[in-house]
Amino acid sequence: MKTIIIDPITRLEGHGKISIFLDNKGDVENAYLQIPELRGFERFSQGRRAEDMPQITSRICGVCPVAHHFASTKALDAAFHVDPPSAAKKLRELMYMGYYIYDHILHFYYLGGPDFVVGPDAPAAQRNVIGVIEKAGIEVGKEVIKHRAYGQKITAILGGKATHPVCGLPGGISKGLNKDEVNDIEKMISSCIDFAQFSLKLFDDIVLQNKKYVDVILSDPYQLATYNMGLVDKNNNVNFYDGTIRVTDQQGNEQCKFDVNEYYSHIAEHVEEWTYIKFTYLKSIGWKGLKDGRDSGIYRVGPLGRLNAAEGMATPFANKEYKRFYETLGGKSVNSTLAFHWARLIELLYATERAQELIKDPEITSQKIRNPVGEPGEGIGVTEAARGTLIHHYKLDKDGLIDKANLIVATTNNAGAINMSVRDAAKGLISKGNVSDGTLNMIEMAFRAYDPCFACATHTLPGGMPLEINIYDHTKKLYKTIRQNL
Amino acid sequence: MDKGKKISNKKPRFAFYWAASCGGCEIAVLDINEKILDVIGIADILFWPVAMDFKYKDIKAMKDNHIDVCFFNGAIRTEEQEHIAKLLRKKSKIMVAFGACAVGGGIPGLANVANKKEIFHTSYIENPSTDNPKKTVPKTKVAVKEGTLTLPEFYDTVKTLEQTVDVDYFLPGCPPTPDQIMTAVGAIVENKLPPKGSKIGPMKSVCDECRFEKSEKKITNIKRIYELEKWEEKCLLEQGVICLGPATRGGCSARCLDANMPCTGCNGPTPNSLDQGAKMISALASILGIEGEENMGDEDVQKLIDQVVDPVGTFYKYYLPDAIINRRVMNK
Repeated sequence: MKTIIIDPITRLEGHGKISIFLDNKGDVENAYLQIPELRGFERFSQGRRAEDMPQITSRICGVCPVAHHFASTKALDAAFHVDPPSAAKKLRELMYMGYYIYDHILHFYYLGGPDFVVGPDAPAAQRNVIGVIEKAGIEVGKEVIKHRAYGQKITAILGGKATHPVCGLPGGISKGLNKDEVNDIEKMISSCIDFAQFSLKLFDDIVLQNKKYVDVILSDPYQLATYNMGLVDKNNNVNFYDGTIRVTDQQGNEQCKFDVNEYYSHIAEHVEEWTYIKFTYLKSIGWKGLKDGRDSGIYRVGPLGRLNAAEGMATPFANKEYKRFYETLGGKSVNSTLAFHWARLIELLYATERAQELIKDPEITSQKIRNPVGEPGEGIGVTEAARGTLIHHYKLDKDGLIDKANLIVATTNNAGAINMSVRDAAKGLISKGNVSDGTLNMIEMAFRAYDPCFACATHTLPGGMPLEINIYDHTKKLYKTIRQNL
Repeated sequence: MDKGKKISNKKPRFAFYWAASCGGCEIAVLDINEKILDVIGIADILFWPVAMDFKYKDIKAMKDNHIDVCFFNGAIRTEEQEHIAKLLRKKSKIMVAFGACAVGGGIPGLANVANKKEIFHTSYIENPSTDNPKKTVPKTKVAVKEGTLTLPEFYDTVKTLEQTVDVDYFLPGCPPTPDQIMTAVGAIVENKLPPKGSKIGPMKSVCDECRFEKSEKKITNIKRIYELEKWEEKCLLEQGVICLGPATRGGCSARCLDANMPCTGCNGPTPNSLDQGAKMISALASILGIEGEENMGDEDVQKLIDQVVDPVGTFYKYYLPDAIINRRVMNK
């Protein structure tokens, strides 16, 4: 039996490792994506002051600190039995949109997008942000840097720091906005709306108008028929900051819908010996191993999961794109892993439109941004991190210290699906022991689409991730090495 | 390129790497925005995970000291991280501990209140949403149906970079600010580096950069931030909230205070102070009217300590592995 070990040398060094096992015919028998890191936040949160949690847990991920900051703050609202004033909720959501603007731009232009914008079969050395700039033009490159920075700046104005913010408090937020800040933010948002629309047009021109790319999106190795999960508002529209958790099946029908306070009745986690990450699944269906379909409890989260789990977007331009997305890709559910990229851009547009609604809201300059807290107890908070549903659950003692903490983070929700996508991509390309160079890119694209944040279980920004496949014969002797970006 | 010459005589070779960290230090480097083009102009970046490809094999093949400056972020939590830190040390002339985790363990360093067994128990066994009747926990070597899979050992204790390899300079902060990063890069490029072992940052405290005025007013008791009924435009300590400003090095422009939140100490101890917690306890004693350690009776000390509900998390949030007391006694 041959073993192929893909050691992602760069961002995943120490953060992820893929091993592919071939059977005697040289076909893929199985593949494993291992996460070789754990930091133990749930343990060392015990005994900490509850109010420190939004800042402690933001250190789970420096790419998505705002998501943890507010999932944590919302868990504290619940634990201290306090409902923040509506202005505070709007300020938090506005900051959340700033975070989405920065994060989705980062992924599309720096990390995932190059596969499409430059091309899936372009030389590896060109499949990076520089390649995107070369193809789209230097002016576009400047716009990318500018708007990513706008997202960070909006977050910093509201949060004190973009990485890591400090404004979240049980019952509200520590800082309001003045008129000058509102003017600054308004200008940035208006520019971001144009940029989001430009990005969708770029995707349309380069990807959707190219039959070859559309065929890749719809090709077999990238299909995964799992359940989908995401937060929705009362109209079943996607919501990032608040709402009800909705799960749809492989055909887009509602499977279940629940308040986050009931998460433990619907979601469970499974432990394997070979990786430090846990695998979540729908409790009602059960853990059936790493497989998709109706009978397996595995679900997907993140941009594609959210769009599939909802029925629309709450803002006009994004909703138009939402409809076009399903018309183009053949209706609900879209099960193609590579559709994550398009879904991400639709969400970017939604984030900018929603940010504009919020900044124009007269209440946004209100200084009524905190309500007094009640007695400490137990609380659960949920947000949609850019990479998926994020749940913080705390039990406080009488002194307001953390007694127990449970965190279900975005990438954990996708761990099973990412593993399967990697395996299926490998199966799709490797046969009879023939491992072509294209294998690397196929596999890379499969899990890059998720924007896996393995610091939320370790985290990666694989900007043209170098991979190495070592093929060993049955005596474990190395007979072939394929390298990419090395 | 002449390898034998000093850094100032050629374009220095930089490297960035991360261990047990959150990625925020990488984002901090991206957040210097257009200045990154200046950095690329004055230095060759051999590898930088966000923007460029990591060449681990190539690093192994490099001659010793091939890299001029390695900016290493993240704490040392696993066998693999220790291994890479040692390898990069060998290949780098100057090793910079970049950010709070590398300098002092950072937030992941708080895990030194527990050990591996307790952490595994919490994450994999007693966790309320985890269904694990067989009490499975990850192992370093696992036989699966098709072969064998390995994972790096998870250590009992989080270590700082300096506890693992020899470190030349320290750049604290969670994450370091763009200004701090550019100061360090400038000092390296112009060969104006301070003596080995220096922390790169201003010789002042966060209080010196804070917008709030101090009036030397005493307080009678400590409040939690959420207990403050209204925020006044004055020193948070004087409003009764623990703020680590007096015990923490400046250089951050007191940004947290600008957002009306207390300093939590991410920039590490003030210059000339070894232990951030000890310095803060002494500052607290003073503002609570307990003057001078030598005059503190047992009762006074107890009164003070009782009001601080979580001393470890309050005083050593980012630097526990580097503190005088760097971990809890190990449970077996």
